[in-house]
Amino acid sequence: MFNPQLNSKGNLNHLLSIEGLSKEKIIQILDTAESFLKIGERDVKKVPILRGKTVCNVFFENSTRTRTTFEIAAKRLSADVINLNVATSSQSKGETILDTINNLIAMNADVFVVRHSSSGAAHFIATHVKPNIHIINAGDGNHSHPTQGLLDAFTIRKYKTNFNKLKVAIVGDILHSRVARSNIHALNILGVPEIRVIAPKTLLPYEIEKLGVHVFHDIDKGLKDADVIMMLRIQNERMDGVMLPSQEEYFKTYGLNQTRLDLAKKDAIVMHPGPMNRGVEIDSAVADSDQSVILPQVTFGIAVRMAVMAILAGQHS
Amino acid sequence: MTLPNAEKLVEILKNKINEIIDDKTVLIGVQRGGELILQRILPGLKDTVATGSIDTSFYRDDFSSRGLKVKNKPSKIDTEINDKHIILIDDVFSTGRTVRAAMNEIFDYGRPAKITLAVLIDRNEQELPIAPQIYIEKISLSKNQHLELGLDENKKFIFQLKDSHV
Repeated sequence: MFNPQLNSKGNLNHLLSIEGLSKEKIIQILDTAESFLKIGERDVKKVPILRGKTVCNVFFENSTRTRTTFEIAAKRLSADVINLNVATSSQSKGETILDTINNLIAMNADVFVVRHSSSGAAHFIATHVKPNIHIINAGDGNHSHPTQGLLDAFTIRKYKTNFNKLKVAIVGDILHSRVARSNIHALNILGVPEIRVIAPKTLLPYEIEKLGVHVFHDIDKGLKDADVIMMLRIQNERMDGVMLPSQEEYFKTYGLNQTRLDLAKKDAIVMHPGPMNRGVEIDSAVADSDQSVILPQVTFGIAVRMAVMAILAGQHS
Repeated sequence: MTLPNAEKLVEILKNKINEIIDDKTVLIGVQRGGELILQRILPGLKDTVATGSIDTSFYRDDFSSRGLKVKNKPSKIDTEINDKHIILIDDVFSTGRTVRAAMNEIFDYGRPAKITLAVLIDRNEQELPIAPQIYIEKISLSKNQHLELGLDENKKFIFQLKDSHV
């Protein structure tokens, strides 16, 4: 099958989604990220590997956190970084996505980090650019957020070492979550034997079981003996009464509090991709507890994004 | 050709290093061969010295032609290196490019007073104005032959000669 992520030698040329990546490729990225993590602990948090390269963050949809971590990652690799908030610029003047990208290629950019509200946007760009341009999907619609999936896998490996005995529970708005999709694919590829999704029916995609997950509507049952709990953000716009009655009601039925966390394994870790809503999907005390690895996720995210950029930028067709 | 006895060379290198270490010394092994040597000689040194290990992947000068291939463990220099005498240990010295990369990385950790390069074998292929201050043997090989230090099934050092894959 044609996989636009790979070049003719089978090496990673773009990162568009977790689907289509082999276990070996994912492990290679995680191992490389391990080396980059050490760079962040030094006084001089910079290596010269992407000196002279230009990384362009093209965000057709706003995201301060993801853009910032990509920017820090690129700068720690010594790349030059351009941030383009297209949501407020040329797109509103009627320019097409490809014209925007081609203009930036004409300015000799090498790597594009793309976020777009439409699923498939990064894929579309990747199939239309010259071979030595590299595209990283930083989130496209409800489809995929591969670097988040990789950094979550990296986080789990840091705390749990092996994937092949774990019970991982993903809780919240699975329907609208590209993070959940990327995580389910990554965990499946890495050999996690039991992936659970916990959500009300209104927030679950149709036929989600086909991705190899166990569905729970009762959070207490779903959290039992879990090793890893991944909380998802509940977006305020879902609280219009159609999908969910109210924030209070959601917290009461699906919010992660200490009593529920105690149903999981004693050494279970709590993850969240951020930004989190305290008192909606997660209790404040749980978010700040010893079991929470939410802030380490941010640190690991930079190392994983450094690894992805360095691996892609080293590829030539 | 017969390759030198690696065990013997490591022993001689240990003795030479023993002559120059003091309380200002930091021993840094270049992965993977230099790190293997460092771990072997450490118990036999007259003083306990600070150590570190270095993987030059992020500082190499051939990234744009070869891409990124991280095979080793991350660099680890947890000790203070400002004003210290670093003895950089590697198995085989050839062009000097790995040593240049290693020195660039070292300077991202601090400003050592002095760096000494100690290797088992100098291949006589210097391409940069960098040379080992300590080497045990000089050997000339053809460019496409790759010489590296390894361990046999009895954990004894041996030299391995392979046709280069580059």
